[in-house]
Amino acid sequence: MADKNGFFDLSKTTLSRRTALKGIAAGAGLALAPGFVRYSQAQSSAPIKIGFQLHRTGIGAAYGRWYEKTSAAAVKAINDAGGIGGRKVELVIEDDGTDPARGAEVVNKFAKQHKTDIVFGTLFSHVVIGSAPAAGENKIPYFVVSEGHHVASTKLNRYVFQPGITDVKSQIQSMAPWIAANAGKKVTQIFPDFAFGYDHRDYLPPALKAQGADVIAQIAIPPTESSFTKYFPQIPAETEVIYHVMVGPAVLTFVKELGEFYGSQRPQLFGFIDSLEAVDINSPGLEFLDGSHFWEGSPRYAQPDDSAAQKAYRAAVGIDDNGAAVGDPKDVSTAAHMFGCWETLYVVKKAMEDAGYKGPEDRAKLVEATEALKEFAEGPEHPQGPKTFNGKIHQCFGVQNISKVEGGKLKVVHKTKIEDGLYEPEGDYTTQAL
Amino acid sequence: MRDASPAKTYALHIGVIALLFALNFVLPDYHQGLFARIMTLAVFAMGYNLLFGYVGLLSLGHAMFFSAGLYGAGLTVYHLGWGVPEAFVAGVACGALLALVIGLLALRTSGVAFMIVTMMFAQVFYLLILYFAAWTGGDQGLVIQQASRVIAIGGASFDLTNATVRYMSALALFSIILLVTLAVVRSRFGRVLVAIRENEERTKMLGYDTVANKLAAVVASGAICAASGAAYALLFGYVGSGFASVQYSILPLLWVLLGGAATTLGPLIGTLFMYYVTDITSGFTSAYLLIVGVALILLVLFFPKGILGSIRERWLGWLP
Repeated sequence: MADKNGFFDLSKTTLSRRTALKGIAAGAGLALAPGFVRYSQAQSSAPIKIGFQLHRTGIGAAYGRWYEKTSAAAVKAINDAGGIGGRKVELVIEDDGTDPARGAEVVNKFAKQHKTDIVFGTLFSHVVIGSAPAAGENKIPYFVVSEGHHVASTKLNRYVFQPGITDVKSQIQSMAPWIAANAGKKVTQIFPDFAFGYDHRDYLPPALKAQGADVIAQIAIPPTESSFTKYFPQIPAETEVIYHVMVGPAVLTFVKELGEFYGSQRPQLFGFIDSLEAVDINSPGLEFLDGSHFWEGSPRYAQPDDSAAQKAYRAAVGIDDNGAAVGDPKDVSTAAHMFGCWETLYVVKKAMEDAGYKGPEDRAKLVEATEALKEFAEGPEHPQGPKTFNGKIHQCFGVQNISKVEGGKLKVVHKTKIEDGLYEPEGDYTTQAL
Repeated sequence: MRDASPAKTYALHIGVIALLFALNFVLPDYHQGLFARIMTLAVFAMGYNLLFGYVGLLSLGHAMFFSAGLYGAGLTVYHLGWGVPEAFVAGVACGALLALVIGLLALRTSGVAFMIVTMMFAQVFYLLILYFAAWTGGDQGLVIQQASRVIAIGGASFDLTNATVRYMSALALFSIILLVTLAVVRSRFGRVLVAIRENEERTKMLGYDTVANKLAAVVASGAICAASGAAYALLFGYVGSGFASVQYSILPLLWVLLGGAATTLGPLIGTLFMYYVTDITSGFTSAYLLIVGVALILLVLFFPKGILGSIRERWLGWLP
C-alpha cells in the first residue's frame, strides 16, 4: 500500500522554493521535467490518504501486526459504508521500526512525499514523542493510539490527538476504587524501571489514597533484568495485593518465579494486560495467574453480555471468542488496545465530515473540528464503549474492564464508569497557534 | 596517500559544500528534510572518524558523546529556558568534558579492551539517563517545543523548524566541521595521529607524547560528536535515551566503514548511503534490515576500504 512513486519525484517540489532559485533549476534542466508543477490538492473524488505509522518491525511488531489488521478492517467498513464525506479512504503504510528517529522521518515522509491528509496509528510512547515535533512542524494532524499520558500532559503540540484510547493515568485512576474495595488495602507495586512503570509508580499511590488504601512498597525492576526471585523478599509480609505491570518477554519468567516464591499462599494479584498482550493466557508457566485480575481496555475473550456492536467489531477484525485470529488459535491478538485504531478512524471520519474537509489546506479546520468533539456514543463506531473527549487536552476518557483469570479465560467482573478516570486538565492545547 | 596541492583539496571540499548548498533549492521537500538530518548525523560520523580513522582507536561508546551534546543542549533549553546558541555551546562543552574524563580513563587501555571500556562507559551513561528520568524523560524522552527553537540575532530571528533554516543550519555545522577536520588531518597534529595509528611505539621513540595526542583526539572527537547531538536536539526537537543506546555507537562505525575510514568525505557518503538504502528498501519490504545487511556484506567484499577509501586506493590517491 505504500506509495513508492514519490522518491525523488521532482513534480512534488513546492513552487515557492523552485521560484526562489529557478535559475539553478533551469540550469540543471529540471524545469523542463514532465509534471514539474506544484502538487495539486486532492480532487474531491480522490481518496483520503491516511498515513499509517506502523510498528511493523522492532519491539512493537506484535502490536503493530494487529494494529494493521484492525485498521484495515475499519477502513474497509468505512469504505463499504461510503467512505468519508463520500470519498474512499486509503491507508498509506510506512514502517517506523518502533524507533523515534525513524518515526519522525516517517511523519515527514507522509507530509511531504506521500502528501497524506493525516498521520495515524502510533503506539509506543517514545515513537509518539519523537515524532510529535515533526507533526507540529508539518502542521499535519497526528492521531495516535498509544495510551500514554504524553498527549494529555499537553507537552506535545496542537496537532497531536488521542481520541480512540484512554491514557494510562486515567486507566490507573479508574482501577483504584475496585482494588481498594475488592482486592485489599495494602498494595505492593512491581514495575519496570522505565517510563511505562513510572506512570504506574506515580499515579497509583494518590488514586489509592483517595480510596483509603495505601501503596506500602514500590519495587522497580531494571529493564535489563532476566530473573526476579531476588526482588521478591522486598515484598512486605503484610501485603494484601501485588500490583504488577511487567512487560516484555521477561513476563513469563516473572510470573513463574513469583509462583515458585509464593506457592499456593499468595496475596491477591492485580496486573495490566499490557504484560500479556499477544500472549496466550494458557501458556506454560502462567498457571499461577489463575484467579488473579487484570485491567483490559477491551476484553480479549468474548463475554456473554457483548453488545451487537462488539460482536460485529470482532467479526470484522477477525478474532474468535478467545481473542485469537480466526483459524489460528495461537495467533493471540492485542485486543485490549487495538480497538483504539478502529475507534480513532471513526473519530477522524466524524471530524473530517464536521470540518467539511477537502484536502490538506483544511488541516487547521480538522484540528478545530476534532477539538470541538465532546462525546462518542457506544455503537458500531465505538464498540469498546461510550467515551467523552476533552478538546483542550486532546484526550478521550472511557470505561475500563477488570477481568478475572478463570478456567483459562479472562472474564470481565467489573466495568468502571467514565467519571472514575477523569482528572484535572494539565494544560490547554487550544491556546497554541495553528 | 599521495599529497595533492592544498588548492585542489580545498576546492573539492568547497565544491561539495556548494553542491549541498545548491541541493537545498532543488531537492523535493521530503529529501530536503532528510538531507538536513543526514548532514547533522554525518558530523557525528566525522567526529567518530577522527578517532577511528586517523588514530585507529575503535570505540564502541560514541553514543555517549552524541547524547552528551543532545542532552546538554536539550535539557538546558527544556529546564532552564536557555536560548539556542547557549544551549548548543553547553552541549558541546558537555561532550568535550565527558570525552576528557573518559579519555583519561579509557586510554589506559588499547585494542579490544578500549572497545569494551568505551562500551561499558556508554552503557553507564545510557542507564544514568534512564535513572534520572525525572529530568531526562527516561526512555520516552522530551520534546523541545517549537517556540524554544528560534535564534534571535539583533532584530532578526531564525526559526529552526523552518525547512530552509534547518537545512542551512545543518549545512553550516557540517561545513565548519568538514573544513576543521580537513585542516586537522593536514596539520602536524593530524600527521602525528596517523603516525600513532601506523606505529605507536615508533612515534613514541621519535619523541612524541602519544598519550597526550590521543587524549586530544578523544576530546576533539567527543566535542564534534556532541556538536552533532546538540544540533540534533535543537534542529529536530526530540531528546531521547535511544540515542544513547549501543545502536548509536555502532551506527557511526558503520557509516565510517561504508564511506571510507580516514577519508574526510567518507562519513558523509556512508551516512547518506545507509539512510537512503533504509529509506528506499523499507518502502518495499519489512525485511529492509536484511537488505541493508546484504548491502553491507557486498561493500565489505568489493570495497573493503569503504566507498571513498576504495576510490582513493584505485583511482584518486590524493584524496584526503
